[in-house]
Amino acid sequence: MTNISIRIWLVPLALLAIAIALPFVVPKYYVQFASKALLLGMLAMALNLVVGYGGLVSLCHGAFFGIGGYALAMVTPKYDPVSLWWSFPFAVALAGFAALIIGALALRTRGVYFIMVTLAFGEMLFFLFHDNQFAGGSDGAYINNKPEIAIAGRVLLDLDKPLAFYFVVLACLVATIALLTMLVRSPFGHALAAARDNERRARSLGFPIFRLRLIAFVISGAIAGVAGYFSAAQFGFIAPQTLGWHVSATVLVMVLIGGLRSVVGPLVGALVLLGLEEVLKASTEYWKLAEGLIVIAIVLFLPNGVRHLLTAALGERKDESPQDVKAVAKVEHA
Amino acid sequence: MLEASTIVASMRANGLSKQFGGLRAVADVSLDVHQDEIHAVIGPNGAGKSTLINLLSGDMNVTAGSIVLDDRDVTRFGAERRARCGIGRSYQKTTIFQQSTVYENARLAAQAHSKAPLKIFGDVVSDTNVNAATHDALERTGLTSRADTLANQLSHGEQRQLEIAMVLATGPRIILLDEPLAGMGTQEARKIVELIASLRKGHAVLLVEHDMDAVFELADRLTVMQDGKVIATGLPQQVRTDPAVRAAYLGTHDGAPGDAA
Amino acid sequence: MDLATFGVQLLNALQYGMVLFLVASGLTLVFGILGVINLAHGAFYMLGAYLAYGIAAATGSFWLALIGGVAIAFVVGLLLENVFIKRLYGRDHLAQVLLSFGLILVLDEVRQLLFGKDVHSVAPPQGFGGTIQLTDNLSYSVYRLAICVFCLAMAAAIFYVIQRTKIGMIVRAGAENREMTRALGISFDTVNRYVFAVGIAMAALGGIVVSPVSTVFPGMGDSMLILSFVVVVLGGIGSITGAAIGALLIGLTDTFGKVFFPSVSSILIYVLMAAVLLWRPNGILGRREV
Repeated sequence: MTNISIRIWLVPLALLAIAIALPFVVPKYYVQFASKALLLGMLAMALNLVVGYGGLVSLCHGAFFGIGGYALAMVTPKYDPVSLWWSFPFAVALAGFAALIIGALALRTRGVYFIMVTLAFGEMLFFLFHDNQFAGGSDGAYINNKPEIAIAGRVLLDLDKPLAFYFVVLACLVATIALLTMLVRSPFGHALAAARDNERRARSLGFPIFRLRLIAFVISGAIAGVAGYFSAAQFGFIAPQTLGWHVSATVLVMVLIGGLRSVVGPLVGALVLLGLEEVLKASTEYWKLAEGLIVIAIVLFLPNGVRHLLTAALGERKDESPQDVKAVAKVEHA
Repeated sequence: MLEASTIVASMRANGLSKQFGGLRAVADVSLDVHQDEIHAVIGPNGAGKSTLINLLSGDMNVTAGSIVLDDRDVTRFGAERRARCGIGRSYQKTTIFQQSTVYENARLAAQAHSKAPLKIFGDVVSDTNVNAATHDALERTGLTSRADTLANQLSHGEQRQLEIAMVLATGPRIILLDEPLAGMGTQEARKIVELIASLRKGHAVLLVEHDMDAVFELADRLTVMQDGKVIATGLPQQVRTDPAVRAAYLGTHDGAPGDAA
Repeated sequence: MDLATFGVQLLNALQYGMVLFLVASGLTLVFGILGVINLAHGAFYMLGAYLAYGIAAATGSFWLALIGGVAIAFVVGLLLENVFIKRLYGRDHLAQVLLSFGLILVLDEVRQLLFGKDVHSVAPPQGFGGTIQLTDNLSYSVYRLAICVFCLAMAAAIFYVIQRTKIGMIVRAGAENREMTRALGISFDTVNRYVFAVGIAMAALGGIVVSPVSTVFPGMGDSMLILSFVVVVLGGIGSITGAAIGALLIGLTDTFGKVFFPSVSSILIYVLMAAVLLWRPNGILGRREV
């Protein structure tokens, strides 16, 4: 018993130790890159709650991510930092609220309609921020000072320091993994997966499908808002393009690479895709062409993500962890 | 579970109709089913029996008519709300969750009718009430020894048993069974027939079935449908001798016992 | 707003709606028959416009650009179906979304390689460059009128083909009943290939006909894709009539929205979509119960 629990905790703890040690051994540029990658990984994990566990292909999570960032931009004064204590909950609540409204409308539909409706509403938010001056219009908005973590006037952490920022992001990431793992194992998570595998059956058992999915959608949108808040803080800038559906689709690619049936898989997918982009950008001018072809190849030849590639390469048997929701049904067939 | 259990459960359909484009799949059907009774509905293929069950369970909306559960009009309720009012149903095509174990399937059903079916905190395995209801349902359907087997490893008959176990785990008062014996050998069918007979006590059971042996063994009352309409209803012996039934149903569809599809 | 101005706006709405219909009906056809959601549909609209620019610049003839652009798109469609799309039949929506997203990235780079990222304009064909004087100080472009007429003719042709011909019957059978198509002894693969190519060609055709009245720019495919989706959501998926209704509704909403509510005009069509979702989640002509 203890043997098993040690083994289960061994790998995550080792990875966490590596993540903590990382900023002390790599150059500053890579610390910033790591923060960016972890934030996109957080976004991908949030999206996977809806896509992998809920069976709903959403194309508007870029918009929730962007709203988190815009919320920070709008409440940050020009010359002073804003307090994290209230701007953070505000940003998360705003992203969650947007997810509530869009989810309530989009979840009236199924399958391919859901994809089109989420995509359209995501674009609506893009236009809302792009065409109106209240948030900088098409030029985007600047955040001149990173939010401040202070108690009674004393600054606890200076987010301007890449190291401090990295650890705050890492803490949020660990919290996200814990939250999502709990959700997936809870009665709620099992009901969500049941609705994905057989909606009609889940309904006739008495599960309130609409409410179930809406809750998942809002939680997912709120976590996307968390990632967006810190992402905007990191770059000191947020552009309307962040809300656009190309971001959403790119994050979906991360989800597919990492695998749909695991909480941390999409994080791995984010790291893989961003690493790949770095390599491609460094080696060819036409890196988008290469990336497009790679995406197509992944869809055609690796439908179950890189985990399969690893298991195939290592010749290991697929080890299904017991806490994984077991159903492996395909996401909403045509 | 939601209503006081002292009320004797009953379900009544009044003038139920369902229109699919130009086709009237169910036309002005009225019937009722009471606690401690098995009411069987028979009829040739395409008579509208499955549609009738779908209307009663809320899987489909009615075109006309009303459905009353214990003096409460549930016509406008969706499937999930009807389920929470105590209506449980099985499907003609097995709809268990193939990649989950027998126990997980039944637990999911029990969870749907627990106090907090969408609880976010706490592991799914730790709710004692849910676990008790799950054990109970598996015990009654004779699946206890198969609890840890993956559903897709079960024989066809066992899958049908699990289908019924899931209905039982929701603690229903009204049970709608859509061809529970479909595609089953005689040995397996025997078990299910006994299982259904045991459901009579404490439940109101509406049974749609092709197997005439089983129907005449189980049914307290019998309704015959053809082309969406009820052509006869009453005690099994009366219906068996009804000339309209003999002509319209037993004549065309070889009614010899034991020829179930 | 006087009657003449209103008439001009109405024509604008009609012209806009008809082009939208042309593009969106290609999308809805491909989904209805192949069951594939193609996000790269807008990219072909964009490519069509760039092809029109490229061919017209090289040959000096808009008509050659029209024919050549459509032909190239058709052939590319056949090729893509053969290489990529046919592997998507029966795959889940996620795979379809991501494969077509990959296609967009590739097509965007192809456009970059062939035409660069500059904004271009295309001259209307000879004889269509002028305007018609409606009142003393109000005129209307001949070419815009020609677009209306052309698209109406195309719409009539589409309806005729779908409703009246054997090809249309096969196509409708494919949309409603794949088994029946097989029973008719028609190779389903062939139908799929041509339907996909025609769908792509329709998107490109849309891009070509608007190129003289709108600027040709890299992002035009994205906005057209979103609009086509809204059209399909409004009208109901797989329905050509629904696409026509949806496209005209958007043409009217957008054109008159810009006149009456300029500050919120860009989100009005989404408000319209939200309203339709509340009213009929499967679209105006969509089946209510699935």
